[in-house]
Amino acid sequence: MHVRVRAGAVEDVRLEIYEPPRFFEAFLRGRRHTEPPDITARICGICPVAYQMSACLAIEAACGIEVSDGVADLRRLLYCGEWIESHALHIYLLHAPDFLGYASALDLARDGRGLVERGLALKKAGNAIMELVGGRAIHPVNVRVGGFYRAPARTEMAALAEKLRVALDLALDTVAWAAGFEFPDFQHDHEMVALVTPGQYAIDRGTVASTGGLSFTPAEFEDYVIEEQVPHSTALHARLAGRGRYLTGPTARYTLSSQWLSPVARQAADAAGLGAECRNPFRSILVRAVEVVYAVDEALRLIERYEPPAPCYLEVPPRAGVGHGATEAPRGVLFHRYAIDAEGLITSARIVPPTSQNQASIEDDLRRFVADRLDLDDQQLTHQCEQAIRNYDPCISCSTHFLDLTVDRA
Amino acid sequence: MTRQDNPGQRTVVVGVGNEFRRDDGAGPEVIARLRALQPGDASLSGVTLALSDGEPGRMIDLWEGARLAVVVDAVRDSSMPPGHLYRVAVDALTGVVDGVADSAASSHSIGLGDTVELARALGRLPARLTVLAVVGRDFGFGTSLTPEVAIAVGELVEQVREIVRW
Repeated sequence: MHVRVRAGAVEDVRLEIYEPPRFFEAFLRGRRHTEPPDITARICGICPVAYQMSACLAIEAACGIEVSDGVADLRRLLYCGEWIESHALHIYLLHAPDFLGYASALDLARDGRGLVERGLALKKAGNAIMELVGGRAIHPVNVRVGGFYRAPARTEMAALAEKLRVALDLALDTVAWAAGFEFPDFQHDHEMVALVTPGQYAIDRGTVASTGGLSFTPAEFEDYVIEEQVPHSTALHARLAGRGRYLTGPTARYTLSSQWLSPVARQAADAAGLGAECRNPFRSILVRAVEVVYAVDEALRLIERYEPPAPCYLEVPPRAGVGHGATEAPRGVLFHRYAIDAEGLITSARIVPPTSQNQASIEDDLRRFVADRLDLDDQQLTHQCEQAIRNYDPCISCSTHFLDLTVDRA
Repeated sequence: MTRQDNPGQRTVVVGVGNEFRRDDGAGPEVIARLRALQPGDASLSGVTLALSDGEPGRMIDLWEGARLAVVVDAVRDSSMPPGHLYRVAVDALTGVVDGVADSAASSHSIGLGDTVELARALGRLPARLTVLAVVGRDFGFGTSLTPEVAIAVGELVEQVREIVRW
């Protein structure tokens, strides 16, 4: 992160935290149309399901296939597992220590072992879904284009439900706990973008909607969202055509879909003081906690009515065409587009992950955030900027990245 | 009862990394080779061979309650040449692996050193933990190891086989 200060004012903030999946887009060309779910799952260790689901939707759209409701429900259940895991990890091990005055989760664990244990137990409930439905916890192997290799038995689901009932209490405790944190007074005015599925909190499908009134299908995504190369970063910056920067992710989802939370999640949100929308990025920890409640509750609902889909997958014979898919990754809208030839070989691939979409908005927030803190020394400023960046839970495209702040105060 | 059946006797080898990030794939490559050897190698009988992306919660779940855990990872270390191997017993670990002594320096991830310390604070370390780390050269996108690291992988496999014998 580079900050340029001139005459006591922030002139520029540039952030380079993310590497785009261009390698994967190139790597996918010439591969078979059945391969993207497994290959793109490797882009992110935290949200492999998101990549698998967006890939499946895009390829199925290209091939003119729509999966059964039973398969769609099983996908949504798997996705709930990923939300629980990803959010619990972020809340407890990365974000909460900032609010409690700890330098890290390690220091928090030394003082409050029970809190970290609660977070890990909650996360483990997400793991359990991933292991049963996905076949294993990292890079699930049970997902295929057209459905699943194997549908879990009802008895297996019953055992999973037991774990989730315990997790629901942990999730509710998490919301109540996070509601007691002190949040810096900071509001943004970004246009917020998320999938919407009326009647349901969007996870595994939907149309794209914005707080500015936009509404378009995943197939129209590239007409509305333009990615631009910026000189200071290898990452592309996404903008809404003719409108500018925007924000995707939990607070955008919440703002656009909070009326469709389940009653228990809605109640938790109300008790935590979340209104109909959330424009304070620091309060995203609360939104994530509410989304964990929703994901656990939704998983229980899906399990309760579960019948193993038969067949558990549809054959997806290739045909020449282009398909688009978008789902709500834990960090926001994840878009995939594939072009396939008649033999089923991929001729082009495009992946637009949430972090690249948020880059411009994060920089804008940091510009304002830093402007109020120019009296801090570089070390203090670095720490506070890290906290501000953590609000957005940027994607871990490389686990060895650190924030290297340079402040040019000349 | 086999070692596998009794959690207190469990031995686990964890390969950490991402095979799509060049030398970061060293850990997974070691696991792949051990899996190929496992059917005919008595020293690997009953040993759990696992992959990890380094995410701390799952890593702790993998090694908790084990008699012995061996973690194989690639690290950045400009002070040593690519392919250099570290073998670190758990007590000496912090500050070496990944160079992640201070997690406050990380904006969004927790390194292996911190995961070990977190497990220690939670009382969830295995009875014995050995970390084998290889210094990588290239962590960019790509699916092949650099030559120095590819050579070191053979040595890592031998070291794992030697450690799990005991």
